[in-house]
Formats: sequence, C-alpha cells, structure tokens
Amino acid sequence: MITVNEELCKGCNICKEFCPHNVYEESKALNKKGIHVPCPKNKEQCTQCGLCTLLCPDQAIKVDDEDED
Amino acid sequence: MDKTNQNRFMKYLRTERLPNIFCPGCGNGTVMNTFFNALELADKDFDNLALVSGIGCSSRIPGYVDCDSLHTTHGRPITFATGLKLANPDLDVVVFTGDGDAAAIGGNHLIHGSRRNIDITVICINNSIYGMTGGQISPTSPTGSYGSTAPYGALETPFNLSKLTKAAGATYVARWTTAHPVQLSNAIKKGLKNKGFSFIEAISQCPTYFGRKNKMKTAVDMMHWMKDQSVLKRKADKMDPSELEDKLIIGEFVNKTAPEYTEKFSKLLEDNCESGKPSSVRSAYRVD
Repeated sequence: MITVNEELCKGCNICKEFCPHNVYEESKALNKKGIHVPCPKNKEQCTQCGLCTLLCPDQAIKVDDEDED
Repeated sequence: MDKTNQNRFMKYLRTERLPNIFCPGCGNGTVMNTFFNALELADKDFDNLALVSGIGCSSRIPGYVDCDSLHTTHGRPITFATGLKLANPDLDVVVFTGDGDAAAIGGNHLIHGSRRNIDITVICINNSIYGMTGGQISPTSPTGSYGSTAPYGALETPFNLSKLTKAAGATYVARWTTAHPVQLSNAIKKGLKNKGFSFIEAISQCPTYFGRKNKMKTAVDMMHWMKDQSVLKRKADKMDPSELEDKLIIGEFVNKTAPEYTEKFSKLLEDNCESGKPSSVRSAYRVD
C-alpha cells in the first residue's frame, strides 16, 4: 500500500518521474497548499523497490506490503 | 501527525519541525534519506551519533535529525568535529557540509582533516551554487554556468573536491549524485565503516537558483541532467580526457587503509599520561 502525506508533499514530482514502474500520476485535485499531490494510480504495478521513499526529499511517501481492504 | 501515514525514516526526524524548510525538489532531503538508509545498512547505533554542520542549506540537516547535533560557524564543521572526535573517540562523528562551506571558506579545514586522516565522515552536498544567499557562483560551479554573480557565465575552473581530498590523503573518497540514491547510500555506509577520513561528495540539485539560471527549471530536469552528465569512474578511466569535458565522473575514488589520527593520539596519551585516557582535564605531560 502506498500513502502520500499531503501535509509534507511539496509537489516536486520526483517520485512520478523516477518510479521505474510508473506507479504515480499527478492528481487533479489540489491540496491546501495549492499543490497537485501525486497519487499512486497504478498500485498493482508497484514492486516495493522503495526508490520513491529514498528519493522523496520531504519524507512524504510510505510504502508497505499491507493490503487495502 | 498521523502515525499510520509515516515514512520509514520519520523515526529519525524531529517531526515537530516538519515540513522542512528546503525548497520543493531540493536534494538535501534525498541525501538525508540516503544517510538514514546507510545508518541502517552499516548497523550503526543512532544514539552514538553526533552530527556537525556549518552554514548553508545543507547544513540545516542536523537540525531535523533527532540526535546530538552541533551547528557551528561558517566553514568550520570539520574543525569542531575533530575536537569532538578527540574528546570522545567512541563517538561516530558525521559532518554535513555544503560546497561553499567545505570548499570556499572551509577549504583549509577540509584538506587538513584529510591530511590527518581523523575518523570522521564528511558528507558534502555539492549543489554548485550558494543557494542560501541568493545564487552566487561557488568554487564548484561548472565553467560557463550562470549565477547571480556571473550573468555572462562563470569564468573560473571549478574545484574537483574528490580529487582534492584524494590528494590530501583521505582514506575513503566517493562521488555520487542524488539521481543515484542507492549507490550514494552504499558509499555513505562504506564511509561510516571506514576507520579514517571519509569524504562523500553528493552532487545535488538546486532547482531554485542553479536550475532556474541554467535552463533547468524543475528538480526533475536537473536530476535528468545529472544522470546524463555522469560517467562511471570505471568507464571514464578508459576514455579520452577530451571526451570527459563537462562530464561528472562518479564512483569510488579511494578506499585504502592508513594510520588513523585518534588512535595515534590515544597511544600518545597511553604512553605519556598516568590515567591513559584522553581527557580535556588531564594533562598529556608526564608527572615527574
């Protein structure tokens, strides 16, 4: 499961651009700072390599193997 | 903050200070993550860690890390770290510094730290510009790059910090970029484990000043540029120097063993001091 913390994200789009499996997409909605926070659209393609958590400069992404119910 | 929504590195951070002050897309946050990852890989005790930093954007990192930290005067983090390490040789001392801090005002301290081969790990976040003060040209800005003090392009040849520390005698020298976070993390791990002066140069992006003035407006553009520019050391050794102009050579430059300074200093105390322990109170002179 991938969670992006809207309070911490500054919208730099590094995760969207450097994800090897194109998991992220820009969301249409704005957060309270006026930023299009990336949302994990193609969750089923995620291999949990953890590159996005290592790259995110604002520590906003959490990836774990919990399934969504 | 919601605990369930937390990143795996959040346990190392002072969460009340977040979100951090860095600009969107700044490489400092990435280097911070790779450092935490390296700590886990090197199996180092987080409570036995002391972070030292000088002045600059990158030097704000210890302010966000929930461990002992020392924010010192401009250019002097290696000096303070030397004192810290000599007073308590069991401590893992890590210096976070920028290119302006380490190469310009603290250039002498960098070479003398390397010369002494004291067991500290220096992580130099090189963004090729003075980001905090408004985009002035730094000693590592590439020739021809634009900055607020170089509207026609920088004329000087940049400093090659890895070559400098290698020549000065550091026992571990590596250079990676923020576009290579896994390799950077491994380099920091090796630096933490190395008994001696370790210098890790992390080439980073400054989209606000360097990127904006050099036709790379976003952090993503800058990271693609760094990826395109970089050549592995192994490959670069076989290439002609004319092909390597304007290229970033990345990889591990030095990994050797040499006598370490705190060990030499402790031995001096053991031989000449009654208590045999390094201390600021007890004298190193013999009591006759």
